[in-house]
Amino acid sequence: MLLGIGVGYIFRKKNLSFISKVITVLIWILLFVLGLEVGSNPQIVSNLGKLGLDALIITLGALLGSITLAALLWKFVNKTKAQ
Amino acid sequence: MRSSLIIVGFFILGSLLGYFGVVPTSFLEGDISFYALGALMFCVGVSLGSDPETLKSFKKINPRLLLLPLLTIVGTLVGAAIVSIFLPERSAIDSMAVGSGLGYYSLSSIFITEFKGAELGTIALLSNISRELLALLLAPLFVKYFGKLAPISAGGATTMDTTLPIIMKFSGKEFMVLSVFHGFVTDLSVPFLVTLFCSI
Repeated sequence: MLLGIGVGYIFRKKNLSFISKVITVLIWILLFVLGLEVGSNPQIVSNLGKLGLDALIITLGALLGSITLAALLWKFVNKTKAQ
Repeated sequence: MRSSLIIVGFFILGSLLGYFGVVPTSFLEGDISFYALGALMFCVGVSLGSDPETLKSFKKINPRLLLLPLLTIVGTLVGAAIVSIFLPERSAIDSMAVGSGLGYYSLSSIFITEFKGAELGTIALLSNISRELLALLLAPLFVKYFGKLAPISAGGATTMDTTLPIIMKFSGKEFMVLSVFHGFVTDLSVPFLVTLFCSI
């Protein structure tokens, strides 16, 4: 990534708008490959229901915890800006 | 929303092809995802470096916002510990080990499989994938009800690669630097946190 920053800085006057399209396609490839890994693993597929529910509950707890603190920080930052 | 659905579509397509054995698994033994991730980081770097305004804004991050990665980690661990009440088969520590993957499913599931076995490793994989998918899909809702920092916090360690475009879209381009900074710090913390909670 640091190499990319250097390259981007050198070519900053060129039109680099295609980069965001490359990023999108790379994300597609990464998630496609991840899907392949999950789908081709019978151990994961057969236990998907029970393990998936446990996983989802942990995820919801983790997400709610982190976005609650993020919301508090957002309020705090905006408050101090307004003063 | 449309771009999130396309991304999830690619994941589902991959799952189906993998399940029905259309694509040989030898395809996975190469380091395709490693190189794709490397290329992705390079491109994110290029788009960062080619925008001098963004580079200048790096220094302008509100010092208070530098706290965000820490709050993400603390919030995640507390939330994971609390919901373990509803999971009689999982201890709070196991739940926190899964949570401390912060969306970095590949690394955290490998670590946890190594220390705690394949079952918890699979949960770590599913949990951290679903964290990333929910962070992608729910970003507009998070912004609406929890403010513009919430999609970054929700994205955990993924905010400098996969969830970055979604965050820039719904929170605003000015959050790119904070998002990359957040992803960088939380990414680095994953191996340490996962190992810590697996060894307690």
